[in-house]
Amino acid sequence: MTPLLEVKHLSIDFKLNDQIIPILKDISFTLNKGETLGIVGESGSGKTVTVQSILRLIPKPPLYRISGEIWFKQQDLLQLPLSDLRRIRGQKIAYIFQEPMTALNPVLTIGEQISEMLKEHQKIKGSDLKEKVIELLYETGIPSPELRVNNYPHELSGGMRQRAMIAMALSCDPEILLADEPTTALDVTIQAQILDLFQKIARDRGMAVIFVTHDLSVIAEIANQVLVMKSGTIMDYGDIFTVFDHPTSDYTKQLLAFI
Amino acid sequence: MVAYIVRRLFLLIFVLFGVVTLVFFLIHLIPGDPVDIMLGDYAVIADKNELRHDLGLDQPLYQQYYRYLSGVLQGDLGISVHSRKPVLDEILERIPASAELMWGSMTIAFLISFPLGILSAIKPYGFIDSFSMLVAFIGVAMPNFWLGPLLIILFAIQLDWLPVNERGGLENLILPAITLGTAMAAMLSRMIRSSLIDVLGEDFIQNARAKGLKEHKVIIKHGLRNALIPVITIIGLQIGVLLSGAIITESIFDWPGLGSLLLDGINNRNYPLVQGCILVISTIYVIVNLITDISYAWVDPRVRLV
Amino acid sequence: MFKNKWTYLGFFILGVFLVCAIFAPYLAPEDPYQISLVKQLALPSGDEILGRDRNGGDIFSRLLFGARISLVISVVVVAVSGLIGITLGLISGYYGGWIDTVLMRMVDILLAFPPLLLAIALVAVLGPSLSNIVIALIVLGWVPFARLVRGQVLSLKQRNYILAAKTSGQADVRIMFVHILPNIISTVIVQATFALASVIISESSLSFLGLGAPPGTPSWGAMLSEGKRVILDAPHVSIFPGLAIMLVVIGFNFLGDGLRDRFDPKTNRL
Repeated sequence: MTPLLEVKHLSIDFKLNDQIIPILKDISFTLNKGETLGIVGESGSGKTVTVQSILRLIPKPPLYRISGEIWFKQQDLLQLPLSDLRRIRGQKIAYIFQEPMTALNPVLTIGEQISEMLKEHQKIKGSDLKEKVIELLYETGIPSPELRVNNYPHELSGGMRQRAMIAMALSCDPEILLADEPTTALDVTIQAQILDLFQKIARDRGMAVIFVTHDLSVIAEIANQVLVMKSGTIMDYGDIFTVFDHPTSDYTKQLLAFI
Repeated sequence: MVAYIVRRLFLLIFVLFGVVTLVFFLIHLIPGDPVDIMLGDYAVIADKNELRHDLGLDQPLYQQYYRYLSGVLQGDLGISVHSRKPVLDEILERIPASAELMWGSMTIAFLISFPLGILSAIKPYGFIDSFSMLVAFIGVAMPNFWLGPLLIILFAIQLDWLPVNERGGLENLILPAITLGTAMAAMLSRMIRSSLIDVLGEDFIQNARAKGLKEHKVIIKHGLRNALIPVITIIGLQIGVLLSGAIITESIFDWPGLGSLLLDGINNRNYPLVQGCILVISTIYVIVNLITDISYAWVDPRVRLV
Repeated sequence: MFKNKWTYLGFFILGVFLVCAIFAPYLAPEDPYQISLVKQLALPSGDEILGRDRNGGDIFSRLLFGARISLVISVVVVAVSGLIGITLGLISGYYGGWIDTVLMRMVDILLAFPPLLLAIALVAVLGPSLSNIVIALIVLGWVPFARLVRGQVLSLKQRNYILAAKTSGQADVRIMFVHILPNIISTVIVQATFALASVIISESSLSFLGLGAPPGTPSWGAMLSEGKRVILDAPHVSIFPGLAIMLVVIGFNFLGDGLRDRFDPKTNRL
């Protein structure tokens, strides 16, 4: 089975205060259809940068140099012209930010923010649009979706905002979902609910998910594959049972000791 | 939101009250006898007494205040000493010209500041940004009573492209509008630039890109809509700068608006006219600020729906 | 010392301005009040580097003495209004209560007038003269200082070292001057720098409108007013005073920006 996403020898340098700092050093991994890959590491390990680079979301400063290949459907995403990349963003590969309050535009209703993706990529209009948005909100477990459609982000609780973000990400039926620490900013009780939601949608839609977190116990719960990162390099990579039972690096062993 | 508007209206009434009181006291700040100053040394005592009586200056202070206040509330701003017409009428005659000048300069200010501010924010420290920062810097420092004559020298005298004095068609409006509007354009473009730069650094902008939206949509629909919110508040203040700057600009171009009426009043010692002009101009400013404050609260859903 | 190179340019410009103002009597080739009916409106040439105005006065000399006027007026206005504003702001912010309410209402009323309009009104009734301009500008000028200081005091009031000083029984006045004031002095200095530029523009504007010194006084604003009258015949009279004003204002703005960046802990990272 050919992998859905193949990252080959990804290396990234940043330029900060006139200094060139390597952030990612020769990262390689693959993602298969229906798989959930967990990327785990402490802050500064480069996990967010890895995932953001798939959609080339890292801004020019501080991004200085990027090399390697990211293969998706016979196309190297790193070489793709922006206009083609935009068609993949949101539509084929969707991204969920860590902090839903800052990732949502405060002056637009969540209905508007979800529907703009549908309008942009799938050209749905009018009442079909509204219906689809309500459907999505329902699927992500938001109560009274018909009312919530017209709410602004600040009117929703943290958990509901994250569900709205997930609804947004799912709107165009992407094949891959990139989730950057989606539960870190939430209450522990809500975290469990959101994790369940992730598992459910991944299963129902047959989506591949890359889930970034610093919490190994979360990985244990939902991932099939795990990638352990530290300081921009891969410490461990493989099937979750293999890595947990027989970790190859001391670092991973230390992390496991804390579960 | 409603509570906010109500509070704001109370403040408005209080402030207007204070403005009227201050304006009332102006005539009493005059060192010496106002009537002597207004009529000059050669006037007959009977005339002076008559004027004094007309203006109510022979009454006790509190009575004068009451008379002035009730007059203002009914739209009576007194009689112009020289033309013998009601002050309010003279003012109303001049309003169209002032309105035209204000409208013209605001248009110029927006036409310059929006493109410059937006383009500078998209590529900070780039060529357009450096250029517009330079222009803004000079625009803020250049007094309009220098810019006006310079423009006159350049366009009216040397090149003979545009007429100078008086109101007329569009070509008469251009130079005064540029003179008055440049300072506002400079301030506004810097404000738009910094506000938009701040907004473009926020997560939801990256999110918009991650959703695959085209870049111009990201900048305008997501960036600008947020960035313009704080800009609204300073537009009110900038209009105040326009209102006082207009006095100078009208003087330079002989523009028949409220500003030159005020100056005529000052030069002729026509104190009722002076008081009336100051009152009207300030009231306009107070109302403009009310409108911008309420607009700000309405446009930002975080404030509106609290 | 200053991150931004332009700040040094500001220093330079202001240095030239100061020198011109202070040493005007020695630098000026002619008496600024001297009239020459023969050489009216002469163009720049050997005898008069910047030309002559309607009364035959040497523009260069008048510019130098005008620098004096601008300097003196701006320094006096900013110093006095700054003092008043800082004091009122300190008291208002520190004590709060009805003092604060009264002060803030006064500020609201003063701010209800478009800038300069009230100054025009005051000078109009008091009578046109430079000293009345100073008075009017002081009456308006204390407001930005008061608001700035009050805001700073309000945010500092809750800090622990202030509360500690209070509980240890220190006198209020002492707290205000020893603990609070030194922390806000840098923002006040920045404000004062911009205020100097603002006063120069205000004074020139008022003089331009004829509300300043008697005709013939070499105030830059008044020179522009005369220039406007003869603009069709002698444009050169209008160019130099305005240029002087603009350069000095730019100088203060550069200096103010530089000081602000220097004092701001966020941008002053080395």
